[in-house]
Amino acid sequence: MTRVRDALAGRRFFITGATGFLGTALVERILRSIPDSQVVLLIRPGRRASPMQRATKEILKNDCFDRLRQELGDGFDAAMADRVSAVPGDVATDGLGLDDDGLAAMSRCDVVVHSAASVSFDSPLDAAVEVNLLGPSRVAAAFVAARTLAESDGRTGPVHYIPVSTAYVAGTHQGEAREELLDANPFTVEVDWRHEVSAARRQRGDSEAESRQPARLVEFHRSAREELGGAGLHLLAERAERLREDWVKKQMVAIGQARAQSLGWPDAYPYTKALGERALVAQFGDTVPITIIRPSIIESALAEPRPGWIRGFRMAEPIIISYARGLLREFPGVPEGITDVIPVDLVVAAIIAVAGEALDHIGSDDPADAYAGPSVYHVASGVRNPFRYGRLVELVTAWFQEHPLYDQDGQPIVVPEWSFPGRGRVQRQLSRASAAMSLAERVVGSLPIRGKRAEWMAALEEQHLLADRALGYVELYGAYTETEALYRVDRLLALWDRMDDDDRTAFCLDPGVIDWATYVREIHLPSIIEHARVRTAPGKSITTNRADRARKNILSPDRHVAAFDLENTLIASNVVDSYAWLASRHLPPVERAAFVADLVAEAPSLLALDRRDRGDFLRSFYRRYEGAPVARLHDDGWDLFHHLLLAKSFPAGIARVRAHQALGHRTILITGALDFVVEPFRPLFDEIVCASLGVEDGKFTGRLEQLPPIGEARALVLADYAESEGLRLEESMAYADSASDLPMLQAVGFPVAVNPEAKLAAIARRRGWHVETWHKADGGSQPLLPLGPVDRRGAARRGRTSPAARAGEARRLAAEAGR
Amino acid sequence: MSPRPGFVLDVDSSTPPTLFWHGERFSLETLPEGSRVIYAPEPIDPLRDPQAAIRHALTHPEGDRDPLPALLFSGMKLTIAFDDISLPLPPMERPDIRQLVIEQVLDLAAEAGVDDVELIVALALHRRMTEPELRHALGDRIYDAFAPNGLLTQHDAEDPDNLVFLGATDQGEEVEINKRGAESDLLVYVNINLVAMDGGHKSVATGLASYRSLRHHHNPETMRRSKSFMDQHKSELHSSNWRMGRLIRDAGVKVFQIESTLNNDTFPGAFHFLQKREWEWKAKDRLGFVAAAAALDRVPARHARKIFHSVRAPHRMTSVQAGEVEAVHALTTAHVWEQQGVVVEGQTDILTMGLPYISPYNVNSILNPILVACLGLGYFFNLYRGKPLVREGGVLIMTHPTPWEFNPVHHPSYIDFFEEVLSETTDPTVISERYEEGFATDPWYIHLYRTGHAYHGVHPFYMWYWCAHALQHLGAVIIVGGDAKAVHRLGFRAASTLADALEMARDVVGTSPTLTHLHAPPILMADVQ
Repeated sequence: MTRVRDALAGRRFFITGATGFLGTALVERILRSIPDSQVVLLIRPGRRASPMQRATKEILKNDCFDRLRQELGDGFDAAMADRVSAVPGDVATDGLGLDDDGLAAMSRCDVVVHSAASVSFDSPLDAAVEVNLLGPSRVAAAFVAARTLAESDGRTGPVHYIPVSTAYVAGTHQGEAREELLDANPFTVEVDWRHEVSAARRQRGDSEAESRQPARLVEFHRSAREELGGAGLHLLAERAERLREDWVKKQMVAIGQARAQSLGWPDAYPYTKALGERALVAQFGDTVPITIIRPSIIESALAEPRPGWIRGFRMAEPIIISYARGLLREFPGVPEGITDVIPVDLVVAAIIAVAGEALDHIGSDDPADAYAGPSVYHVASGVRNPFRYGRLVELVTAWFQEHPLYDQDGQPIVVPEWSFPGRGRVQRQLSRASAAMSLAERVVGSLPIRGKRAEWMAALEEQHLLADRALGYVELYGAYTETEALYRVDRLLALWDRMDDDDRTAFCLDPGVIDWATYVREIHLPSIIEHARVRTAPGKSITTNRADRARKNILSPDRHVAAFDLENTLIASNVVDSYAWLASRHLPPVERAAFVADLVAEAPSLLALDRRDRGDFLRSFYRRYEGAPVARLHDDGWDLFHHLLLAKSFPAGIARVRAHQALGHRTILITGALDFVVEPFRPLFDEIVCASLGVEDGKFTGRLEQLPPIGEARALVLADYAESEGLRLEESMAYADSASDLPMLQAVGFPVAVNPEAKLAAIARRRGWHVETWHKADGGSQPLLPLGPVDRRGAARRGRTSPAARAGEARRLAAEAGR
Repeated sequence: MSPRPGFVLDVDSSTPPTLFWHGERFSLETLPEGSRVIYAPEPIDPLRDPQAAIRHALTHPEGDRDPLPALLFSGMKLTIAFDDISLPLPPMERPDIRQLVIEQVLDLAAEAGVDDVELIVALALHRRMTEPELRHALGDRIYDAFAPNGLLTQHDAEDPDNLVFLGATDQGEEVEINKRGAESDLLVYVNINLVAMDGGHKSVATGLASYRSLRHHHNPETMRRSKSFMDQHKSELHSSNWRMGRLIRDAGVKVFQIESTLNNDTFPGAFHFLQKREWEWKAKDRLGFVAAAAALDRVPARHARKIFHSVRAPHRMTSVQAGEVEAVHALTTAHVWEQQGVVVEGQTDILTMGLPYISPYNVNSILNPILVACLGLGYFFNLYRGKPLVREGGVLIMTHPTPWEFNPVHHPSYIDFFEEVLSETTDPTVISERYEEGFATDPWYIHLYRTGHAYHGVHPFYMWYWCAHALQHLGAVIIVGGDAKAVHRLGFRAASTLADALEMARDVVGTSPTLTHLHAPPILMADVQ
């Protein structure tokens, strides 16, 4: 038996942040490498899951545990039930939010490891303050309470506290940083952490108040409408509120960044972490045995539990992926600068070794072993095994040249040569790209596009998001690649020296063992590529497989109802086309030309009205049917169907309706089109909900008999139908093409965006909705204008070659040519 | 000078390139020396006075039938059925033969004081004709007199109220036809016999029948036993129709059959070069070819299609005969042979053909991939008497762009057949067993067939069965210049040039194959000795 393992065998660990990258690896390593050890995890209670359920789902089921699962075989679940427990609590709350049982559980632990942190670069200042600044001290306070509770029972209680900090608390300035408390560091500005806390909290209040200013609220609402179009009041309100919250968050991020930079930190993370260390030492340095662990940039595992294991998308990954996708052409940095990266398993080993030594020393008679106050360990590679930025770039570039990612068309993406630009240039480059893309989005988003082009638009938006994110990373991490600080590891290496061979084998923490070329080429890059789910081979795309799966899900016999929109979902036509066809049907050629000219002239205003409010548009447009003979339109409706609508139909869409019918699903058509237009579709649907006009003396009044089923009304109609038929919406599908159909799409379990217009394409992409691109059959007649066939009798009577008719024909041709 | 008969050219080094149809375009291909090219006879002289000929036919009937005037009487129920848009190809210049014949029948009926007259388009399971198409076939006078009063109808094979079951033949073939036609005192059938397959008992027994009846002869087995279906005497398709026709006759349905034949003057002025032999092209023909080829190459296929579908053929009537079905049809067939027959010595290893833009089922529409297959393997392959032009195990090479395009109004079930059926199997027997009934009874297809202008749901199956004989006979089928995906879906092979196709064919038929090119249209019938 070895010293660390002996000292820790049978011990119990209290761990925060176990659902994080480092935390998961730590829990796994303790359970796998330390005999009879137990862990108590502080887990934020979820809305639905208990802490233990969360622990099982988010930690034990992670592939980190594959190795242990294999080693224990069938005994895994029982062993975990025995050795792992979870208590509800939150490091952002005073007293950690521990209940009596939680505190009691903590009091039975020997070592406390605090690895919970808000590491993301875009944390709002107040959140970072709560977690990073106050968190370590809150855990220490709980430590004291737990110890007191244990002592009152005649037990020892926890004896050692290991908070995980970051090497960057020492700043990013040039020169060496020692493993010492920050008070000893001459480079940091003295600020009172208590003032920082109250200032951050106050600023949250201010931002919240600011966000509720009427002008801002109007702006949020306007943005929501721009994004969703006429999706209905409720959805717009929901979206506007989300935008407000996002705005507040953004404010708080910006405030944090500004405050950190004003004090010489690159951003809020090291700033809050540094103050957290100070607050901890100031309050508990004398009463709690503390060893602070400061890792540098933690990346995928070198060897434990397996080479390349990683959890979540870490710091460097988005940058590397953006580069491999050709999105990020450069990343700032100096070639001879040092990239301080440390594999996660080395950090875990350091924590365990520190804990082992501390427990080993307790009860030791040797005065050298006595606790001498808080101390610090760096876990970093820069001094012991420097990894030059230029070398990293070389390895990454070479690797992607050999293993390119593939674009949508299955073509390999060529990675650009890296020119080591300054940070400013890259930022400018990215800002420009981002601005260009948002301009493109605005322009394209305002065009009436749909289908593939709209999907392309959504892809553009995604690229924009990526570019924005990359920009964020450059802003944030640029400072780190330009870091010229060297984090010394003398104490870490001394610890390594004190370990015996067995411990060294079991808990390797020496950064010297890393062969960077192997690590980058064979461990890290393959791992993150796998994680990023990017295309690494030509041929069938991942999305196709996903689409196939989605289709299979939709076409399962278990489903209940399939609801369809009509226009642009099943047919490439709309109410204006139908009207033009019906109205021109009985016109002589001369009047047809004039009619077309009028309608073409009117088109932009009709389009604008339709976009503004579909209901208003239909109401006003249908007025045109006033006085039209009902019987004739019912007859003409059939010809319209066979000559125009069917020619403009999407055969795949009609096949889909029929596939649902064949599976025994109910099919329902919900459309704002008029009854005599949709009547010929009846055999496809169990139910048709459409608009109908009032009738007086055999003529249409031009007024709708009731509200047409549009927007939210569609969702209600669908819900009513499902309820009355005893069917479930969660088991139902809705097919639609526009953001105004959102209420209906959201109401069902399986929404399908068909040839989505830009807004819906973006929403569908974000929410992972299935998208279908259906085309008209190419072999049909494709009239440029939706005009009824010439009434030959009328034409014959009027003389088809009159000068006026020829003029009309010329105008029509001119109109066609202009398209 | 009398028109020259059909001709088989032996290609030698002085032979100019041969014209190949390629859908809405054409190309000139150089065939290997020693190849044969079969040309149709030149258009035979038309009847000088068609009106008089019609009158003569109606009053001097063939076989056991009284002259038409003797069959007409006041108070009778008279029905005139006529061939639909599938004939002739291309549609003929006005006036259409149907108009000329029906006008005279109606005049006679009026003279006899017949009030109850109805016109029925003998659609079988074809699409309903549109108003302009009907006006073209019948003329405005007949259309305006009958259509507004509901007296011009299109046979509805899915209308149970207007079908009557007449019994089953000794082979168990059920005969169910149009009720109005069956229950009339006289059923006049007006036909246009473009190819030898048309007419005879097939006119009523198929044209006015329902699916229940048609399935007995429109199936893979019958088509495989029709060698060829253009040769009535060796065609199981015809045997079946003849049995049904006799049952119809014996059931008391009195049919007065009026058949007519056309010469093969197929293309008007600008396209006249299409029916001339290449080595005889004059400057005008060369110019016509160059101009047409250049123009067609420059416009999108859609517009090229429009141009071709507006072509009206200058066909002229070469014969008209009326009376008892079988007697009439024997004469008709002889007239068809006179115009189309070409004697060909022996079979070939490779048969090439250029497929045009049109088939009976895509007038004013697009030749979708299934129709491409049907036109090549169904129609052109079967234009023989005796033995097929190509030997068993030989290769058929067709040129056609074969785009993956369908007309959703005319051919909705074709789209689904192509997507759902051919993606699984191309075996006609398996297809008929596994899928036919579902498509045939599908309510949506029936809805579109009855209310719109869609071919019946089962129709693409028939197109595929039409290919059954060729599919069984051939070693390989290659489409030159076709959309590769669509061609593969059909189970054929795609080649980009004729030279490539010949290379591929050599894999199947050996290194020094014989090659014959079927130079059609104009349509010809090969009498393979």
